[in-house]
Amino acid sequence: MNYAIRDSLDHCVKCTICESFCPVSQVTPLFPGPKYVGPQAERYRGAGPSADSSVDYCSGCGICTQVCPQDVKIAEINSRARASLWEKRGVPLRNQLIARPTVIGRLGTPVAPLANWALHNRTIRGVVQTVVGIHRDAPMPSFAGTTFQRRSRRHHAPSDGPAVVYFHGCGTNYYEPRLGEMLVAVLEHNGFRVIVPPQDCCGLPLQSNGNFPAARTYVRRLVDRLAPHARAGLPIVSNSTSCGLMLKREAHEILGIEDDDLEIVSRSMYDICEFLLRLHDRGELRTDFTSLPLTVPYHAPCQQRGHGIGKPALDLLALVPDLHMIELDVDCCGIAGTYGLKKEKYDISMAVGKRLFDDIAATGSGVAACDSETCRWQITHGTGVKSVHPVELLYRAYGLGRSNQDAPARAGRPTAQVNA
Amino acid sequence: MSYDTLVVGAGLAGLTAALRLSERGQRVLIVARGVGATHLAPATVDVLGYLGDTRVVSPAASLPALSNGHPYGHMTVDQLTTALAWFCAHTASLGYAGSPGENLLLPTALGVPKPSAFAPRTMAGGDLRAGGRFVFVGFKGFKDFHPTLIAANLARAPLPIPIEARALEVEPPSSRRGDLSGRVIAGRFDNEHLADWLVSALEDRVEPDERIGVPAALGLRSDAPWEELEQRLQRKVFEVATMPPSVPGIRLFEALSGALRSGGARIVFGVTAVGARTNAGRIEAVEVANATGTHEYPVTSVVLASGGFASGGLELDSFGTTRETVFALPLIGLPEADRVRFAPRYFDEQPLATAGVATDDSLRPVDGSDRPVYENLHAAGAILGGATPWKEKSGTGISVVTGYAAAEAILAPATQLMSEAAR
Repeated sequence: MNYAIRDSLDHCVKCTICESFCPVSQVTPLFPGPKYVGPQAERYRGAGPSADSSVDYCSGCGICTQVCPQDVKIAEINSRARASLWEKRGVPLRNQLIARPTVIGRLGTPVAPLANWALHNRTIRGVVQTVVGIHRDAPMPSFAGTTFQRRSRRHHAPSDGPAVVYFHGCGTNYYEPRLGEMLVAVLEHNGFRVIVPPQDCCGLPLQSNGNFPAARTYVRRLVDRLAPHARAGLPIVSNSTSCGLMLKREAHEILGIEDDDLEIVSRSMYDICEFLLRLHDRGELRTDFTSLPLTVPYHAPCQQRGHGIGKPALDLLALVPDLHMIELDVDCCGIAGTYGLKKEKYDISMAVGKRLFDDIAATGSGVAACDSETCRWQITHGTGVKSVHPVELLYRAYGLGRSNQDAPARAGRPTAQVNA
Repeated sequence: MSYDTLVVGAGLAGLTAALRLSERGQRVLIVARGVGATHLAPATVDVLGYLGDTRVVSPAASLPALSNGHPYGHMTVDQLTTALAWFCAHTASLGYAGSPGENLLLPTALGVPKPSAFAPRTMAGGDLRAGGRFVFVGFKGFKDFHPTLIAANLARAPLPIPIEARALEVEPPSSRRGDLSGRVIAGRFDNEHLADWLVSALEDRVEPDERIGVPAALGLRSDAPWEELEQRLQRKVFEVATMPPSVPGIRLFEALSGALRSGGARIVFGVTAVGARTNAGRIEAVEVANATGTHEYPVTSVVLASGGFASGGLELDSFGTTRETVFALPLIGLPEADRVRFAPRYFDEQPLATAGVATDDSLRPVDGSDRPVYENLHAAGAILGGATPWKEKSGTGISVVTGYAAAEAILAPATQLMSEAAR
């Protein structure tokens, strides 16, 4: 038990600032709010059975911890309470399943056309909702068919240049391999040699679904793959803000893993936009951007804000001629990883996201930018607007998308028509 | 990314300083451990409410009576007036009413008349100075708001002209909420149009000459429900401050942070400024702890608006040592080592009450010989020593006025250079 987390509840002065910001308690009475469920209820949690399961309705977005002026680790307390609740009750099959993206990825990839058909078939989704408990309307990505790992092995990487390690995460590997290729292209354009080590899930979905032991196993396995590179002094970049945050902080703070390998990996981790902006700060980022005459609303996802690095995507994209980014000021899109997939939470997740959806729709733009994959899928689901990682905009602005292979991975339309 | 000014703290002082700098073209970064007291305080601007036990009628006229070391001692009444006028102009959506020359007297949730120089238009209608008839309305199920208590206390309160006050309670349309906070009710005014309910609940129960005081919960995203109620009820309707969360305070935070965002300033929450890289009496970069470690932000100027003991700007450890937590600045107002640090009763004169940093007239923290510690570091808000805001009712006023003044001090050399260049 990491006492620094639990003991932080003594700093709570009941000021209610977390309650004012919690996006979930704003839309449902099923979650009484972070102060009640966190520092207040925690005092009564002990070895016996839990009297209250409302903590399961916390989406884990982490906004409460970010806004708390007294450094109370509210979201972390809740995450641990959720895990101990499920430890006592047994994690349901549904939560075990959706928390293992690599298992799903490995099963779905070889049969991608069939799997994609099934994922988007109303009847099958209805059956899945009844039997498994995944909401029939919840946003599901499509399997790409070929993993990013496989594609990267076919890629001819430059043989020199400073090396950077790429932790791509499961979303890129199974669903958005083109994004991974764009990220590699952007780094190579800047003279880097990109190393893509074999890698597995970071364990975050298992953590947020309350299975800490399995989550720790995944973290350790991933850290084993990354630590030798970190020890060699190489930076590690990630385009998945939540998985990156898992390695930066949560594996230690929430799962309580204490070891040297994790520590050095944590200190070597950079969000891709954070990394590129630091390059720019040192005058080392290429700025040969071509004009990108677009207006794009940008949503910084909750987990991105958890990094505490500001909004480097906006600072980078400000370098692109004629690109006008609109900074949205809504805290959460509602999906929170796997939260919004669950049949009993789908409506809550859509209600949380409504303000964001409305604000994006109000811009009239055909494309939105957001760093986190599940948030992008939720935005597209809630608005019908295509959503891209900021790196995709940089890739296009560098003119790297001029070759034929550039057709957008999911929309299947030519570049010029992506944004009306 | 390089910033012109880094502001530590996102309370009223930090937001005010940042907005002033940002509108003058500076690149501004706010780093904050969390959200400040805007969400807790009633959003009035209390410039000066009491001198000792005497209620202040005109803050502007009473400033000279403040002791030398008071934060207001660094500015003239004109400077203070300019800062407050700027603040009102930049929170136009909230429609602040008032003046530094004359305090309003607004009812609190305990029925105490509280002196404030400015109040948002949703609250200003509760000014008790002119007497008259008031009805205070409670919402059934809403905690810690007792209209009977408010009415009874105000009826015996010392007021220029006594008022007549009574209480009413109305029951909001049912909801499944177990716990009703101001924020929850305000959200329902936005989303479920509770104005219809309140109009029908009140129109037959309120006299034509009564002013109507309700809990401060008339709309979260804007005060449009308040405006609608005044029009439909054809009486003055006003919000009375509640226990936190403060709905008018949330509106104020949204107005200021929204203006900052659209002006291109950056606010980062959940991080802690932990120190500085300095050289030859200047801060060259501020060290900020984030998810993995410490990042250095190179800066030209810094505003320290980290708050006092309540916000962690000041810390008292178990050995009795008080320290400023970001830059380890020298402090004033500390009791001598062998003296008691706490008076036994809460409302007694507390020895640590005026602890904080001392500054020069440019609001730069100074050392024991009155020299600026860092040439480019300015302080604003509750970190400033020499005031007792909870007794004086001066906290929000100090934050707005010194936040603006710190920004002006940073801008001043640039302005001078520009006018020199123009010549």
